Amino acid sequence: MTAVAEVEDLLRQLAPQVLGALVRGHGHFGMCEDAVQEALMAAASQWPGHGIPENPRGWLITVASRRLVDQWRSDQARRRREVTAAAMAGPDELTGLTGPVPGEQYPADTDDTLTVLFLCCHPALSAVSQVALTLRAVGGLTTAQIASAFLVPEATMAQRISRAKQSIKAAGVGFVMPPAAELPGRLNVVLHVLYLIFNEGYTATSGPDLQRVELAREAIRLTRAVIRLLPEDGEVAGLLALMLLTDARRPARTRPDGSLVPLAEQDRKLWHAGAIQEGVALISQALARAPLGPYQIQAAIAAVHDEAARAQDTDWPQILALYEILERIAGNPMVTLNHAVAAAMVHGPQAGLDLLAGLDADDRMARHHRLHAVRAHLLEMAGDRAAARAGYLLAARRATSLPEQRYLDGRAARLAADA
Amino acid sequence: MLLIYNNPATYQAWSEKERDALFGEVDEIMKELRESGEFVGGEGLADASNARTVRVRDGVPATTDGPFAEAKEQLAGYLTVECESTERAVQIAARWPDARYFAMEVRQVMHTAGTEM
Repeated sequence: MTAVAEVEDLLRQLAPQVLGALVRGHGHFGMCEDAVQEALMAAASQWPGHGIPENPRGWLITVASRRLVDQWRSDQARRRREVTAAAMAGPDELTGLTGPVPGEQYPADTDDTLTVLFLCCHPALSAVSQVALTLRAVGGLTTAQIASAFLVPEATMAQRISRAKQSIKAAGVGFVMPPAAELPGRLNVVLHVLYLIFNEGYTATSGPDLQRVELAREAIRLTRAVIRLLPEDGEVAGLLALMLLTDARRPARTRPDGSLVPLAEQDRKLWHAGAIQEGVALISQALARAPLGPYQIQAAIAAVHDEAARAQDTDWPQILALYEILERIAGNPMVTLNHAVAAAMVHGPQAGLDLLAGLDADDRMARHHRLHAVRAHLLEMAGDRAAARAGYLLAARRATSLPEQRYLDGRAARLAADA
Repeated sequence: MLLIYNNPATYQAWSEKERDALFGEVDEIMKELRESGEFVGGEGLADASNARTVRVRDGVPATTDGPFAEAKEQLAGYLTVECESTERAVQIAARWPDARYFAMEVRQVMHTAGTEM
């Protein structure tokens, strides 16, 4: 007997490699992906009882190839039945595929994982499709697992995945790495998708968590895989460091009842020291040798927070300097919000409020609860309790997250009670 | 969430052909939403005359027949969609036939994910 968890880990690591080998041999990403998924399911049910085969990768490739042939044959039969369709059938994409192919004939090419990842994060796909396809084809998760992680029905997720595959087919993308000139832009999309997956997992505070696949851990696992393939890239290292340094705070960020604990009030003894150490080492190395990028700066900011033994020991001048750089190279309204908090911590609340004033003109931000929440916080710092309370109440009404709303209503109530 | 409001009396005054045409439109939108992976769920509601409204005052429950709000237009159903943007949700609502005769209300659904501040 082999432990189920051990089998699962191995399968998910092999999933993109097996898919890569199959697509390389036969083309037709969509069909291969279905075949690999079936092979993974077969292995997940057989290996724990029968033991892991000597060449697990070859086993999966053989089984997936067989499924591919079966699928191809049944498609052929269907086509023969459909006279009109048969008359229109073009050259078959799977010509030459006649029987099961032994796994050994496929060279082990670890770069395939990266090629699969770039394909799943193709710019022709919507963000939700990129996320879903990445989790299935690279992460080796089942559609049911992905659906439950995102709290949507399985049919909805299945449709998103099949649509993503259709888009890849329609875009006529070959199974090759993006050309060197496009690589940085394409890598940015990949990193963004991994970051979305991480955030989806990290921000989940309640619900049937035990049933949910740990998306934050999955994002970290996938980013680690990318770092092994692109060890020189500073932004990949920056993203992994950012994830580790953020995830390290997870045990302290919610109370047992699911309510949120702000950074300044978290019990820092609960933070994961190991993850912080790894994150700090990663970001220090990246900053020393690679060109600066937004993930690295955000990781550096997270590192400064995580390295403070107490909230009042936080090196705010350093955080402010980092936000100033971030605003320059990758500024957006959310960065300005955080920049304002840092400015307030260094130069007093008015400095932060001045920075926020610029955001009122942005229609999207003016309606966003975060702007009102940050302003309320700075007004509270400034001692304007009535305005702060009104700001928290407004922010609470705009919030679409239950725990955030609860936190904001709580801040407002506290000001009313002390008044 | 897209809340569908209509007036059952107006609806009943239409011919069967007119009603079929509207159902056809709805079927078409539903097909598109299922195929795009945007459809998450939804239900049509039975007529508001079947509704029971429950109020508990001083611990004593009182049930009355009929809807909470007495109005010609009543909530007739809802669908939950997950879209890229609010604009897209509004666009879907605008195509729903009830938007032409009555109204569709687009509301965000509260979620349980949260970021500490």
